[in-house]
Amino acid sequence: MSVASAAPTSSVAVSWSPKWITDRIGGVVLHIAVISLTLAWMVPTIGLLITSFRLPADIANTGWWTALAPPYKFTLDNYSQMFSASNLGQGFFNSFMISIPAVIIPVTIAAFAAYAFAWMKFPGRDWIFLALVGLLAVPLQLTFIPVTTEFVKLGFTPDKLTAIGLPPFIPLWLAHAGYGLPFSIYLLSNFFRALPSDLFESAEIDGAGMLTVFFRIVVPLSVPAIASLVIFQFLWVWNDLLVALIYVGGTPNVAPVTVSLVNLVGSYGQNYQLLTAAAFFSMIVPLVVFLSLQRYFVRGILAGSVKG
Amino acid sequence: MASVTYDHVVKRYTADLTVVKDFNVEIKDKEFMVLVGPSGCGKSTALRMLAGLEAISEGQIRIGDRVVNNVAAKDRDIAMVFQSYALYPHMSVYDNMAFPLQMQHMKKDEIDKRVKNASRILGLDNFLKRKPRALSGGQRQRVALGRAIVRSPKVFLLDEPLSNLDAKLRGQTRIELQKLHRDLETTFIYVTHDQVEAMTMGDRIAIMNAGILQQVGTPGDIYDHPANLFVAGFIGSPTMNFVPATVDNGVAKASGLELKLPKPISATKGTLGFRPEAVTDKVVEGGPTMKMKVDVVERLGSDQFLYGQVGSDQVTARVDPRMSVQPGDTVQLGLDTRGLHFFDAESEKALI
Repeated sequence: MSVASAAPTSSVAVSWSPKWITDRIGGVVLHIAVISLTLAWMVPTIGLLITSFRLPADIANTGWWTALAPPYKFTLDNYSQMFSASNLGQGFFNSFMISIPAVIIPVTIAAFAAYAFAWMKFPGRDWIFLALVGLLAVPLQLTFIPVTTEFVKLGFTPDKLTAIGLPPFIPLWLAHAGYGLPFSIYLLSNFFRALPSDLFESAEIDGAGMLTVFFRIVVPLSVPAIASLVIFQFLWVWNDLLVALIYVGGTPNVAPVTVSLVNLVGSYGQNYQLLTAAAFFSMIVPLVVFLSLQRYFVRGILAGSVKG
Repeated sequence: MASVTYDHVVKRYTADLTVVKDFNVEIKDKEFMVLVGPSGCGKSTALRMLAGLEAISEGQIRIGDRVVNNVAAKDRDIAMVFQSYALYPHMSVYDNMAFPLQMQHMKKDEIDKRVKNASRILGLDNFLKRKPRALSGGQRQRVALGRAIVRSPKVFLLDEPLSNLDAKLRGQTRIELQKLHRDLETTFIYVTHDQVEAMTMGDRIAIMNAGILQQVGTPGDIYDHPANLFVAGFIGSPTMNFVPATVDNGVAKASGLELKLPKPISATKGTLGFRPEAVTDKVVEGGPTMKMKVDVVERLGSDQFLYGQVGSDQVTARVDPRMSVQPGDTVQLGLDTRGLHFFDAESEKALI
């Protein structure tokens, strides 16, 4: 009954063996690919950042990279002008007023729906889910006219809503919730499905009802997935210009920061330099959100795609 | 504390996929019953129907006198230990054990009393604040047991609870579980594919194969009197020797062996079965003998196993460890016919 101890299998390839060389080349190629992708994404952003500190005349005449060589002529004028010239404060406030409910509403609904799709049995479940995933492919531009028509019929316009004492952002909340739901439900139900079924059965025997299972087991175990979804949805809503413009329009009292930014620039592209500064300023919020939740973001993406 | 009755229970997934067929067992109060069989034999499904995790297609399951077919899992007064332990990973050990009691809306101090009591029994006092991921496999297993104990259920259901433990811990836990069964004085129903666990732990064993109950009995009973070829081959290690034979006038003839059957049978063809320990190095006076060409010799100190050919059949013998044999030798062995079985060729049922 003696158990022979297995010899440790060596996975370390000998230097300069064919396997070692292909491994090395593979690693180098991968690094080059990742680094060039990162650069390709970063260069325009860096260009924007540098441009935001340059004088309007320079911006008009030379490329941003020339500013990297002496003589240095950087200025903070763009930022100070931007603050005095625009109502960015109001824009930020509006953006928060739009983003926070437009994140909470779809994520909450999606969590409940995803739980049902993943763990409850009801007739037509798979077909409904399939239809829902199919909605991911519908371009949202397609929905603007019919949805706006309905909103107008229902009186869901900023003016009418304000007149009866409701927040003017309601149509935007609903629209963002609708656009966000298919992806949110898809992501969360994939994650929920990967939770071990023993947990649910054990909880069932322990006497936990569906809601208890949801709040005490599913949600706490899905914090990474929910956090990444919150980031996704927040970034999308915060950076959105088109949907906001369509459903609430560009009047300063309701316009989010993206719309106010566009309004900074004149119709012929003058005051371009203000846009660069304002764009950077408006990036601060998503950056803070992302950095504070990115720990979950990475884990959540992995957990959702690769079953652990 | 209750008996459990399976009364003509059937589990059918689709019209032509039936995983449990006409299952009838009566499990007595406070009994340790082991359901054993190869994987896919329906033993887990039988347990899960009792737990309320699977619907019962036909028949009745009773706990005590109560038919539980339509009773929700939580109201059946049972507790289950899962193979994966199914601990809630985000809760501490204490909360894991308290969870089923919280679900019953039990008072806080009563919950505390019960959890402390269970943790004392299982030696988990120092780990109550830890999360499951900070525990070893054996400790997790005990937490899973603790979560069952706190409920003081009428019936304990255990679904392969030891299969995720290493060999040494498994042996230990086997003993602990038996002790626990004695202390709790509750009905235990234990599912396993490991015949050693079944033999060592069960008051009685129910053996299943392909959805059909093969035999129910005490470990000794099943070992000595297997009902059919499957049971005979499943229980015991090394497995029973099976030798095809023809019967003529009460004498069974195999390729390298001829013997007079201890009692007359009507069949003319079938399989002779005898356990390795029935083959001895001493030739029994007047008893059958056989010549074995030895292929492999296994010395375990207390035992010596010989694997070899008798005629054209493979036979295993358990002989005195002092007998000196080398692979390649041909030895003369005796056969103790008291432990002899004969299985019908058609039905595979034991005739002797």
